[in-house]
Amino acid sequence: MNPADHLMIAPVVLPLFVGAMMLALGGERHRNINATLNVVSTFVLVGISIALLRAADASPTGVAGVYRLGDWPAPFAIVFVVDRLATIMLLLTSVLAAAAVVFSLARWHRAGVLFHPLFQFLLMGINGAFLTGDLFNLFVFFEVLLAASYSLALHGSGSARVMAGLHYIVVNLVASLLFLIGVSLIYGVAGTLNMADLAARIPAIRAEDRALLEAGAGILGTAFLVKAGMWPLCFWLPGTYASAPPPVASIFAILTKVGVYIVLRLWLLLFGEDAGASAQFGSEWLLLGGAATVGFGVIGSLASQDMARLAAFSVLVSSGTVLTAIGMGQVGVTGGALFYLISSTMGLGAFFLLIELVERGREAGADVLAVTREVYGEEDELEESEEVGIAIPATMGILGIAFISCAVMISGLPPLSGFIAKFAVLTAALNPPAGAVPVSGWILLLVLILSGLAALIAMTRAGIRAFWAAPDRTVPRVRLIEIGPVAVLLLLCAIQTIQAGPVMRFMQATAQSLHAPQDYIRGVLGSAGNWPSVPGGGPT
Amino acid sequence: MEIILATGIGVLAGSGVWLVLRPRTFQVIIGLSLLSYAVNLFIIAMGRLRIDAAPVLAARAAGDPSRFADPLPQALVLTAIVISFATTALFLVVLLAARGLTGTDHVDGREPEA
Repeated sequence: MNPADHLMIAPVVLPLFVGAMMLALGGERHRNINATLNVVSTFVLVGISIALLRAADASPTGVAGVYRLGDWPAPFAIVFVVDRLATIMLLLTSVLAAAAVVFSLARWHRAGVLFHPLFQFLLMGINGAFLTGDLFNLFVFFEVLLAASYSLALHGSGSARVMAGLHYIVVNLVASLLFLIGVSLIYGVAGTLNMADLAARIPAIRAEDRALLEAGAGILGTAFLVKAGMWPLCFWLPGTYASAPPPVASIFAILTKVGVYIVLRLWLLLFGEDAGASAQFGSEWLLLGGAATVGFGVIGSLASQDMARLAAFSVLVSSGTVLTAIGMGQVGVTGGALFYLISSTMGLGAFFLLIELVERGREAGADVLAVTREVYGEEDELEESEEVGIAIPATMGILGIAFISCAVMISGLPPLSGFIAKFAVLTAALNPPAGAVPVSGWILLLVLILSGLAALIAMTRAGIRAFWAAPDRTVPRVRLIEIGPVAVLLLLCAIQTIQAGPVMRFMQATAQSLHAPQDYIRGVLGSAGNWPSVPGGGPT
Repeated sequence: MEIILATGIGVLAGSGVWLVLRPRTFQVIIGLSLLSYAVNLFIIAMGRLRIDAAPVLAARAAGDPSRFADPLPQALVLTAIVISFATTALFLVVLLAARGLTGTDHVDGREPEA
């Protein structure tokens, strides 16, 4: 194996190593060293993701490589697969993580213990979930990222956060158990856990076993849809996201997308066109469930009194939109949905960070910090000594511009990339390759237009209340390292708009290879036919 | 054998679901533990039930897979046990923190109004 090939496993090994090193160095006693390590590691991850993305895009099959752990052949051991979809998700994660970690340096990383190692372990779990090509390994990475996210959601403590965290943990533990039931059912029927091997075997599953396989896939899908926040499995989400500390909420914007990613990957791989009798299994559930999620998110965001809940409901709208679009099962729509996924996640990440800065003038964030200080007894530490970085001038103006940009992004108005994304999805949905526009196309049109309108109303109202109609507000002290990450994320959205052509080409190529996964399967299993074919599958 | 295992899984899962839906955090954690036992047994069952069959091939003997138990579910169960043990411990800490911060063991952090 070429030494450069080991770059494929670096997104998992680097955060693991750095996180462990932080703990070995004494955890909280050297917070500055930990902070430096965290920032360096996160930025290196951005670089690695870009390198992998370029490699995947340059490869004719879209698969940059398959990393066989221990160099065992594919169906028998765990593999990591680096393809277009995995690398774009890696890049999105590391960009959001870089913004969140820089933001946290201003004050939030002092609000509790072990922020930096937990952050690295969270990144390890997310990256692993994107890269792995094995169902059970996916479970392990899910647990890694969830264990880290439980602690990060509680970062800063306070009773609101602990209660929301409690619900979050219970819901996710139950979802993990459903995950295990689904995985073992699928194993019982198909006799493999390797995703590519599974996709190759599904067409040959006996008719009498098919119900069991589909039950397993349904239960497995439920576990992912809990994470993706599909209605009616999403009641835990607004409370948890709204009460999580801002940098953590910002990186949590990607956690729902992990669920969406797995649905996208597994559903198109296992139940695509080639799956025989099981092709398109469950597409109506994705379509209608996604539409219901958008409806729930819209009602919630219109009813939200504070901005953090508004943002949390916008997360639901975002993942519901992507799920509805995936449920269409058309290549062009999937490509547009991927574009939307990237831009809306960056917009939401920026919005979660911005909310804390805006609310600070209204002393809402200050309340939370006061509780934190009470719990941790750090009265002095949060005073003048933690004024890291330079306070920026014309604070309200800059915050206002950032807020308007976020509103434009989330509601999908021109000129930012949210508009282009929705436009691409609708163009593809209303121009199907053959025949008239299906009913699902009209549902999607309704969902996208209504959710955009509702988001605009909700954001406008929140903006008026925060910027114009607050008589007792004081101008918050905002430092460059706090507004900087927000500005960079929004700038990336603007770049995505300007470079819409190449980005869209990439997304469409990704969607092509997702809908025709032969290259993925061949890439993992090697040349076709070197694995034992078991008609009917199942261990004897 | 099959009927005993199936009944066991059913009883464990049923009790677990009931307890998870109860309003006290301690009941929830016991319910989660019972559910995870049920799931672990279920994973074993999915590798087919075998009596007197080893999950590893004997040294220097030609392997006939039909004479051995499926080792993969057993490996999966080991992993699942470790992970659920760790998450239960973590949940226990959060449970105690919630009890300390809110003064009640109700899952909503406050007693329902009578």
